[in-house]
Amino acid sequence: MSTEGQFQTLSEKIFSDKAGRAVKAGEYLLLEVDVALGNDITAPVAIREFEKFGGRRVYDPDRIVFVADHFTPNKDIQSAMQVKMVRDFARTHGINNFFDVGKMGIEHVLLPEQGLVKSGDLVVGADSHTCTYGALGAFSTGVGSTDLAGVFFTGKAWFKVPEAIRVELKGQFSQGVSGKDLILHLISLLGVDGANYKTLEFTGPGVDAVSMDSRFTVSNMAIEAGGKAGLFPVDGVTQAYEEARGIDVAMRSADEEAVYSRSLEIDLSTLEPTVARPFLPDNGATISTLAAERIKIDQVVIGSCTNGRIEDLRAAAAVLGDKPIAEGLRCIILPGSQEVYLQAMREGLTEKFVSAGCAFSTPTCGPCLGGHMGILAEKEVAVSTTNRNFVGRMGHASSEVYLASPVVAAATAVEGYLCGPDAAALERLK
Amino acid sequence: MIREGKVFKFGDHINTDEIIPARYLATSDPDELAKNCMEDASPGFGRREDVPGSILVAGENFGCGSSREHAPIAIKAAGIQCVVARSFARIFLRNCINIGLPIVELEQTDSIEEEDYLKIDFNAGQVSNISQGTKYVTNTYPEFLQQIIHSGGWLTYATTKLAPKWVLEGER
Repeated sequence: MSTEGQFQTLSEKIFSDKAGRAVKAGEYLLLEVDVALGNDITAPVAIREFEKFGGRRVYDPDRIVFVADHFTPNKDIQSAMQVKMVRDFARTHGINNFFDVGKMGIEHVLLPEQGLVKSGDLVVGADSHTCTYGALGAFSTGVGSTDLAGVFFTGKAWFKVPEAIRVELKGQFSQGVSGKDLILHLISLLGVDGANYKTLEFTGPGVDAVSMDSRFTVSNMAIEAGGKAGLFPVDGVTQAYEEARGIDVAMRSADEEAVYSRSLEIDLSTLEPTVARPFLPDNGATISTLAAERIKIDQVVIGSCTNGRIEDLRAAAAVLGDKPIAEGLRCIILPGSQEVYLQAMREGLTEKFVSAGCAFSTPTCGPCLGGHMGILAEKEVAVSTTNRNFVGRMGHASSEVYLASPVVAAATAVEGYLCGPDAAALERLK
Repeated sequence: MIREGKVFKFGDHINTDEIIPARYLATSDPDELAKNCMEDASPGFGRREDVPGSILVAGENFGCGSSREHAPIAIKAAGIQCVVARSFARIFLRNCINIGLPIVELEQTDSIEEEDYLKIDFNAGQVSNISQGTKYVTNTYPEFLQQIIHSGGWLTYATTKLAPKWVLEGER
């Protein structure tokens, strides 16, 4: 409770902090942001606008972060020119947080990992998956390039304080079930616009048992239900993550009595591995239903801002065991950052993947948006740990994408058709 | 402001990958983007001669998916006068307000047919379907957003009302 008689959601608390007074859902605010993010697709548009509107010097270079992650290492001359524009702009304006090939990671893996965003921050990013940092209890949301240019000029952005949907978690995940299954299940309950303009706020006794990497996955896909953000409370799990980065944060959660536009309850122990069928992320089905259809798969992709963290690669490697991937199937593994890449090497995961017949790539968004590094041909079918399965998302307009967890993706890579982990794989996950 | 034109009709959940597929995102040039506007929802759409001066009408959640401003930029650069939808995805709506692409939220988009002729009066908050002889009342924007819209978009507002002088002059 921040002021007398007013109970607040976690979103309202963060906005109140930033506004310096108690605010409530529905209010429009003009606020300084802590961090504004752009990538190699969206930053060039912002830079052009900044120059078109007469910008000569950015308001505060230290709150701007650029990550060249979508079409990098550059796939063609046009994309190389786009990154060059961002690189030159960063140099000219003293923007030190520009992450180039060799230092970069996928933006939403990289920023929390490097401690560039933290609990309680107000963050905007010209990328829809900027909602990922809600896992840290930051209010973080995707905006457009013009908003990014607005931060170049003023350090500020405009906001409408959102209403929130309360998602009460209880119980614990079964073996082989993780954040990806939770969020795919939740999106199938809400629909792809069920949380439009709203924040998803996770709460309840089940939150404790959700790991930091799983929280990032859950918050990351809030946008796939239309959500403006997906917030977790700041608890011991968050504190341990932040402490490892030299950041000291206080615990924080919504008021019990806060007003929500809707409340749902999910018992984590009842969740099964869940998959979204083509062509929308809310087409959820359990793996037991889908495995029975014996859907033949051409390509498996494990990585992305959704599932490119070390815990994801560990799970995939454990499910693979010592088995090679199926004949006729391609499997591409994309660690989310240089740090994740190194850690995978240290733990022997890389060797396991390559020995099994997988391609192991430098970090990139690559195939997730049909950019490069694994585009699908006509009528090909993929299982991917990414976040969107829209028509043509990963390549040809007749190709299909099933969204799944690293566990399901790895099990599928071994069998060649869409399936979940067997008993032995579940044993190895322990 | 009045916008009018012939209707091109689309369905629900038209996402930004359909509006401008990622394979065309290696450029941010508006004219290039316009050529590929709506490519994966209606192949060849951006190169049709009757697209400039038309109005897009869609169902729910128009513009869902990625934050790419290339989507409203492509629509605007294609010469489309206005997008009318039952609802818009949040980031897309924000981008339209910021760049000055006129959009209208309208409950009754189901009753509008392909090739109908619409006339939209923003000041009166009214959509007239000339072909069917019907009129609808539209939602109006809250005061704060109207200020941004009336100043011609977010950057005009930000540079004239908010940015310190040295940002524009280069010397502090």
